[in-house]
Amino acid sequence: MGFTVLYLSLLVLIPLSTLVLCAGRLSWEELWHTFSASRTLAAYRLSLGGALIAAGGNAIFGLLIAWVLVRYRFPGRRVLDALVDLPFALPTAVAGISLTAIYAPTGVIGGWLAGAGIQAAYSPLGIIIAMAFVSLPFVIRTAQPVLQDIDREVEEAAATLGADRLQVFARVIFPTVFPAVLAGFAMAFARAVGEYGSVVFISGNMPGRTEIVPLLIMTRLEEYNYAGAKAVALALLVLSFLMLLVINLLQAWARRSAPV
Amino acid sequence: MGIEVANVTKRFGGFVALNDVNLHVDPGALVALLGPSGSGKTTLLRVIAGLERPDVGSVKFEGEDATTRDVRERRVGFVFQHYALFRHMTVFENVAFGLRVRPRRVRPSRAEIQARVTELLQLVQLDGFARRYPPQMSGGQRQRVALARALAVEPKVLLLDEPFGALDAKVRQELRRWLRRLHEEIHVTTVFVTHDQDEALELADRVVVMNAGCIEQIGTPDKVFRDPASAFVMNFLGTVNVFHRRVSGLTPGMDAIEIQCPDELPAGSRPARIFVRPHNLEIDTRASGRPRLRGRVQFINAAGPQVKIEVLTEFGEILQVETSQKRYRALGMVKGGEVYVTPKEMRVFFDDSRPDQADSLESGSDVDTTLGRIGRPCASKKSP
Repeated sequence: MGFTVLYLSLLVLIPLSTLVLCAGRLSWEELWHTFSASRTLAAYRLSLGGALIAAGGNAIFGLLIAWVLVRYRFPGRRVLDALVDLPFALPTAVAGISLTAIYAPTGVIGGWLAGAGIQAAYSPLGIIIAMAFVSLPFVIRTAQPVLQDIDREVEEAAATLGADRLQVFARVIFPTVFPAVLAGFAMAFARAVGEYGSVVFISGNMPGRTEIVPLLIMTRLEEYNYAGAKAVALALLVLSFLMLLVINLLQAWARRSAPV
Repeated sequence: MGIEVANVTKRFGGFVALNDVNLHVDPGALVALLGPSGSGKTTLLRVIAGLERPDVGSVKFEGEDATTRDVRERRVGFVFQHYALFRHMTVFENVAFGLRVRPRRVRPSRAEIQARVTELLQLVQLDGFARRYPPQMSGGQRQRVALARALAVEPKVLLLDEPFGALDAKVRQELRRWLRRLHEEIHVTTVFVTHDQDEALELADRVVVMNAGCIEQIGTPDKVFRDPASAFVMNFLGTVNVFHRRVSGLTPGMDAIEIQCPDELPAGSRPARIFVRPHNLEIDTRASGRPRLRGRVQFINAAGPQVKIEVLTEFGEILQVETSQKRYRALGMVKGGEVYVTPKEMRVFFDDSRPDQADSLESGSDVDTTLGRIGRPCASKKSP
């Protein structure tokens, strides 16, 4: 008990409360000034919007990948399964460099996309790609065990009752796996918002266009504008708390409708 | 609705689950598929349901070929051993599922679904449970929900895969009786799988005994119990004592046979297995003049309507004997005491007639009422 409190205090509670206290020294006017600046707003919009798209995409495709990994037996399945964890293990800078190399207009995919008139690197699209890369494992790893637990017989029962494949998925499988996907989505979203290392390489960091919030904080610090940095960070902290709250409420709701 | 299974073979890799199986089920019948695990009974049930497609052969419903018909269109109610309920739905939604997934044109109205589900929950005696979730219910209740769910779509055939296998003995008994009543009420053609011979004999009008992917015998419970078609059926249905002997001088119509293994085998004697049910062994503490086996009492279980006695014979065989409480008391048997055992009825299946399913040579009836004499086991062929 005591050990847990100490550990959590040192690592989580004390740093976070310091942040709140420091930002608290700012006047409301200063805070408002910081938030309402167009550059700050653009950064928030980009970070949150990008993370939402990245996590959303990962929720859909992550569930798909988890399904394939659980249900199909094919050569190389284990390798693929191990590969899912790579974004966890890879230093984000390495991911950033390789993604940039591929998606830059001179890169393999980037060149191809450029031919189609799409700019991948140094644009919001590139940021979303990087965010999606680092947050890929979350949904897969949360959905996998739940899918594994779904009894084949439950699907067969639905089929004998006349349900087609789509109905089996929509009415039986999806409601079962939904809380897990939601949890995975939340973690993916949080990770994508906070991602710094891989995004700074591919984003181009143009203020107001491809500047994400963590980078903005960094920039403020380099300008010796500590108060401004802390204000921006505080807003991010509050947002994270809100996210956690919403996710927990959603999960509680999902669990109530499906008591275990 | 009648079911016709013709020449069905099903393999899983190298394993032959069903080997050229033929089965006819009368409309409205209550049929048990009985056999040990791996005998193919569940596979046969799944083939009938359409959950498994046979490699060879056909399945007909009411004379109509349904072999390639999808499971969705077969109108079968299937009940799984582990219920397979939708755990994120209430009992009501579980039962309503089959109605709700129908295409809009044929889907009943909200009120009709409500009425139908309520009626079914009454039928399975779970009226007050509509709003519960499956994990909040006992095994017996869950299985009844599964049954109500299967009946909701008005199936033409009801198929149950070891429906009571996961329940404890008391609940199983209750559900058995209850299923029997239900079948009398709604009269839908029903096939259920079980490895429990009591369940099959008590519940079904017809018992299909299966072994190693083949059907060994089909008949009424009385018929398969009294007149087993093969050594396997004899062995599988209830406790039985087996004697490995050579048999000679056995011809149809004889009212006595000599079953022993003298040092010089008479010409024409053949290796055989002789089956005697425990209640067909007469036990006595004194030697009467009749042919008998001598032995010692090893164990007595007097709890129950019949007394079960384990006897070690002079040839080292262990026999299960059953006798009435009255006779047990009259004889005053004790553990370790000497006893004499005489078979009243026996059945003989020759080992060399067909290697796997040694048939009784004669129709059997001649042999099984015969008073017999069982001598020493063959030196060459010790009982395994």
